[in-house]
Amino acid sequence: MTRTVDPFNKVVTIEEAMSHFHSGMSILVGGFGGVGNPPTLIQAMLDEGISELTIISNDTAFPHIGVGKLVTEKRVKKVIASHIGSNPRAGEQMTAGELEVEFCPQGILAERVRAGGVGLGGILSDIGIGTIAEKGKEKIRIGDREYLLETPLTAEVAIVHAKKADRFGNLVYDTSARNFNPLVAMAGEVTIVEADEIVEVGELSPEEIVTPGVFVDLIVQSEGVNWRWAWEK
Amino acid sequence: MGVGEVKQAEGYRERIARRAAQEVENGMIINLGIGIPTLVADYIPAEKKVFFHAENGILGTGPSPAPGEENPMLCNAGGFPVTLQTGASFFDSATAFAIIRRGLLDMTILGALEVSERGDIANWIVPGKRVPGMGGAMELAQKAKKVMVLTTHLDKHGRSKIVQSCNLPLTATEAADLVITDMAVMEVKEDGLYLREVMAPYTVAEVIGATEAQLKIEGDVKTFT
Repeated sequence: MTRTVDPFNKVVTIEEAMSHFHSGMSILVGGFGGVGNPPTLIQAMLDEGISELTIISNDTAFPHIGVGKLVTEKRVKKVIASHIGSNPRAGEQMTAGELEVEFCPQGILAERVRAGGVGLGGILSDIGIGTIAEKGKEKIRIGDREYLLETPLTAEVAIVHAKKADRFGNLVYDTSARNFNPLVAMAGEVTIVEADEIVEVGELSPEEIVTPGVFVDLIVQSEGVNWRWAWEK
Repeated sequence: MGVGEVKQAEGYRERIARRAAQEVENGMIINLGIGIPTLVADYIPAEKKVFFHAENGILGTGPSPAPGEENPMLCNAGGFPVTLQTGASFFDSATAFAIIRRGLLDMTILGALEVSERGDIANWIVPGKRVPGMGGAMELAQKAKKVMVLTTHLDKHGRSKIVQSCNLPLTATEAADLVITDMAVMEVKEDGLYLREVMAPYTVAEVIGATEAQLKIEGDVKTFT
């Protein structure tokens, strides 16, 4: 997709960002257990009626939190994740045949997303050998060791939650909300960042930038988390 | 975890965690799973300095914050707010698992649905019943230098979770080093599973009788109270 925004000012309205979404698409979602899921973009997807999604995300969060809301509202047809246990709706829909779930060991999922984002054709790993996780995967011998070929993951759109973004898209994350976000940010055909704070180019120290803005296509202002966390009384 | 946990005497979880903490050595890098493993941190004596690794991207998680002091973005892999130890660092999920696959974790402590006498671990799926996913358990079980499994000895139907051969799909093969339950402490060695200690009030005969796996004994079997 060609960029239609000024590369040194990628800030757009949520409405402009939503023009990149459609039902039936694949979406990479940053976050872990809801922490680092972009709340404003997810809410906009719900409001726009986007459905039939293939979601690639570490997990399906909780029924009322983050990416979990898309599952609860039955907007997802397939998920590639390492864990769905904290969202009972995901398990119910899987059992009912409404949701296809492809499980991937968490660190391998991270590396597959990274491979997709950094232009690699695949990765070799011995994780899951001797378990059902090796099913359907090509085995490759390097010297005297056997590895599984793990394929890269990309998606039409990647959505990311950052603490700070400058207008070029240089990103800083909030503590452990970093998790999958820097990997997801690299792996979208279009990467859309939701930032708690948007600053001018030059305001972030080059030393603190985690994701260089070259990976980012669009930036929207976050309206903040609009759910209660599972641990909140 | 917590799949199929049988109702047990008061305090069995704490006793398992207290015994597990004895295995912790000064300077270790440790990952704690959800459930009983999380409790182990409470029993590590202050003179032993360790770093806790959380697979969502923290090395050096500290105790829970005081109520009202939580940063919702700063959580452990179970999704609960944490504080940081001095010297802590943040990193992305690829780096979190680089630490694991590279063999830099001295110890991982996790739960299980079944453990076999050769150390196979099953802890992520009960086909047709409960399918939460493996999360990071495969990497942790396969790559940590020492793998300690904490679990109840019996499932909710009273069946031994310590088995000759796992029936459930595996998380990792020949991975467990030490298994601590509410009934026993067992060590996996090349030639089988050794009963090292029984948990009070159980006797050696009771533990052997309750265990489907073949338990070997060499020397004294101590009692942990």
